[in-house]
Amino acid sequence: MKISEIEELLELEPLNKPQGTDPNVAGGYASDLLSDVMGKAMADTVWITIQAHPNIVAVAVLVELSAIILANGVKPDQKTLEKAKEQDVIIYGSNKSAFTLAGELYKAGVLGVRKQE
Amino acid sequence: MLQNKLSYAFPIEASDFTKAGDAAGKIKKILKLAGLPATVIRRVAIIAYEAEMNIVIHSVGGSLSLDLTSTRVEMASQDNGPGIPDIDLALQEGYSTASDEVRALGFGAGMGLPNIRRNADHFCIQSEVGVGTNLEVWIDIGVS
Repeated sequence: MKISEIEELLELEPLNKPQGTDPNVAGGYASDLLSDVMGKAMADTVWITIQAHPNIVAVAVLVELSAIILANGVKPDQKTLEKAKEQDVIIYGSNKSAFTLAGELYKAGVLGVRKQE
Repeated sequence: MLQNKLSYAFPIEASDFTKAGDAAGKIKKILKLAGLPATVIRRVAIIAYEAEMNIVIHSVGGSLSLDLTSTRVEMASQDNGPGIPDIDLALQEGYSTASDEVRALGFGAGMGLPNIRRNADHFCIQSEVGVGTNLEVWIDIGVS
């Protein structure tokens, strides 16, 4: 599934969306602990979180995530948006909870995936 | 294959959460340019990120270094204190001395050093209170 399809389906608000990019989404991961995401999330997946500080962009780049979805109406810091623009990281916002977002993604066929030890 | 060792150093500032992760990002780019396998790059990225965050969160400042040889990726971190009083405890999953403020940002879950050890083929940490902490890791290329 393409990220643009997920954007439409979940009615996500694009907060940073680089022109001409529409990556594939191979699954999803939800967590608010950065080390957990670094260790377990897979490349080409969407990450649902309520963390909105600049370091989420570093994690997204290192893991090669498709996009970050900020749940619960959380707004990113200005510096987070600046970093996301610099590094071409897609960030969406939503007023829905992480649970609801994950549920809607699952229903649409985007399953939870994680790195196996 | 690389014939010579390539060496890089990255200074890391304490408590700078805006730049935190940048050095790990640069290390990842270098490895991608060197054409290393994705599994190796992922392991190095995890180690570099956690080592960088440890310096940012816990130390008064330090640096990361990367040495690339034909057979392995070597990384080292060093900081200028305050040092770890009980390394065995610090290596336990879930143990952390991070402040509540840092934890609220999603750091300090006590997963950093365990994540590093899990992803390294060689792992050595030495620390002296009042002096600093030195970490040395290798990741073998071609062994995932």
